[in-house]
Amino acid sequence: MNIVVLVKQVPDTWSERRLRADDSTLDRDAADAVINELDDYAIEEGLRLQEAHGGEVTIVSMGPQKAADAIRKALSMGADKAVHVTDEALRGSDGLVTSAVLASVLGRTGFDLVILGSESTDARMGTLAAMLAERLGVPQMSFASKVETDGSKITIHRQADYGYDTVEGALPAVVSVVEKINEPRYPSFKGIMAAKKKPVETLSLADLGMDASQAGLAASATQVVSFANRPPRAAGTIVTDEGDGGAKAAEFLASRKFI
Amino acid sequence: MAGVEREARDETTAALFALASQIAADELRPRAGAAEQEGRFPREVFATLGKAGLLSLPYPQELGGGGQPYEIYLQVVEELATAWLAIGLGVSVHTLTCFPIATAGTSQQQDRWLPGMLGGDQLGAYCLSEPDSGSDAAGLATRAVPDGDEFVINGVKAWTTHGGQADFYTVFARTSGEPGGPGRAQGISCFHVPAGTAGVSAAPPEHKMGVRSSATAQVRFEAARVSSRQLIGEPGRGFPIALAALDAGRLGIAACATGVAQAALDCAVGYARQRVQFGRPVIDFEGLQFMLADMATAVAAARALYLAAARRKDAGLPYGQQAAMAKLLASDTAMRVSTDAVQVLGGYGYVEDFPAERLMREAKMLQIVEGTNQIQRMVIGRQLARSA
Repeated sequence: MNIVVLVKQVPDTWSERRLRADDSTLDRDAADAVINELDDYAIEEGLRLQEAHGGEVTIVSMGPQKAADAIRKALSMGADKAVHVTDEALRGSDGLVTSAVLASVLGRTGFDLVILGSESTDARMGTLAAMLAERLGVPQMSFASKVETDGSKITIHRQADYGYDTVEGALPAVVSVVEKINEPRYPSFKGIMAAKKKPVETLSLADLGMDASQAGLAASATQVVSFANRPPRAAGTIVTDEGDGGAKAAEFLASRKFI
Repeated sequence: MAGVEREARDETTAALFALASQIAADELRPRAGAAEQEGRFPREVFATLGKAGLLSLPYPQELGGGGQPYEIYLQVVEELATAWLAIGLGVSVHTLTCFPIATAGTSQQQDRWLPGMLGGDQLGAYCLSEPDSGSDAAGLATRAVPDGDEFVINGVKAWTTHGGQADFYTVFARTSGEPGGPGRAQGISCFHVPAGTAGVSAAPPEHKMGVRSSATAQVRFEAARVSSRQLIGEPGRGFPIALAALDAGRLGIAACATGVAQAALDCAVGYARQRVQFGRPVIDFEGLQFMLADMATAVAAARALYLAAARRKDAGLPYGQQAAMAKLLASDTAMRVSTDAVQVLGGYGYVEDFPAERLMREAKMLQIVEGTNQIQRMVIGRQLARSA
């Protein structure tokens, strides 16, 4: 089975994240860069399906030069090869542009199954699976907490507030996963050493037959027009216990709809 | 906590350090305190380390190891020990137990046992010390008597790290001579003994002052039969193997001690920055700031010394004296820095809500194991007398 896992490098959720003052895009220098957390689960699921059904796992990532670190980590977990789309003209691309670029890459690599995290921790649009499926004309199997396939048909549990739906579709398909799906493995040291020798194809927009005018901030359908930093945390409410502290605390929580 | 910035020589070692610090942050640090209180041996953590390839780093790739120089391997041990000493120590001890077969075993022995020992599934223990023979290791009394194609081992080993938990024991036993007789060191041989061997059993673990999640136990050998193919090296040539293994093992202990000292420093600095007295963080008071400066300097010196010794080993130079110096300095540093950390935290340092008191108890062990610090001074001093 030809499995493609989409990986995005994002600023570490544990560090302070900022937007740039000049064009309201992500300030990538402000924070450590890591693999998007949900993508770890996507990689793990790809590797498990490969272990069960054979075939290859290809990592596809669109991002700056530095995203090569995220790709290498994915390869050290066990993926076979990677495609890195990097081009200065891509900076500031929104979801629609990103999905167009990735669809073009997937057209080159071919695929039976595309797996991705259900959202990224930076932009948090959560729409890429839908956009990609639409562009590729294949079923969209989103928010999967379980994936089963026999090689021609795919069944997932789609995670929902009330439990899960069982959804079935035909391959090829696009699957987005939630963190409930598995427990991602750590890379191994042997995997780290092997990753050095695995092929990584680097593609520019021109390599994909796309023009710089079709990508980046200017070509994006959506743009951040302004932003405000989160206000500093306000002082908390102090409940003085005069024998009725429990009731007052409960009232406060109820007023905020916590209970 | 940002962690120690390490000097990676290339992308591979940078990725290795990142892997070690990720496992330390996700798997070790959150569990260490509770496991120490419960005194529970964390076998599953060693399974995770084994899968990640961190239990075989310094052995050649042809033998199934990671092919890493000691300079790199030891920094991984330090990283793990900073988060949880029992784990860093366990990695160091396991590495020590593989040393005899990896360096003195025949290629048949290496082919037969090393894949398992270095594969990450197995954990080893090192049986040298006995109840009546510690610093004077050549006085060991456990006997291995030849019987046809076998040896029959009888005796008791003491202070065995992973005793009762290990999958195999690297055992030193007397094949000739008497513990107090002439040429006693030339009567010691080295054996590879799987834990399932009939006649091998472990006593309940010792109740230690610290490092309670690491099992330390007596191991008994009662007419335990092993094949002569399990003899590592020539008969009577076990003691030099034991000493060579200890030279390497001491570097591991030095790295562990540096980790404990680093953890104590991190704890003290973190506290001193947020603890406000007299209207300002206590780190702004010179009395404490100078103490922290001395602690940070001592930790950096300990790290530099073990790395210098490691580079000698990696370059194929003699390093026994330097390893003893590194073990001595790093463990004395761990003791002093952890004691000072308790002082920086004041009352909070003396209670279990903060890790300072635990680190102080852990540091004490490192001044004792793999040669007390008095023995280290003996090793260093003898070298001075010889080369003078």
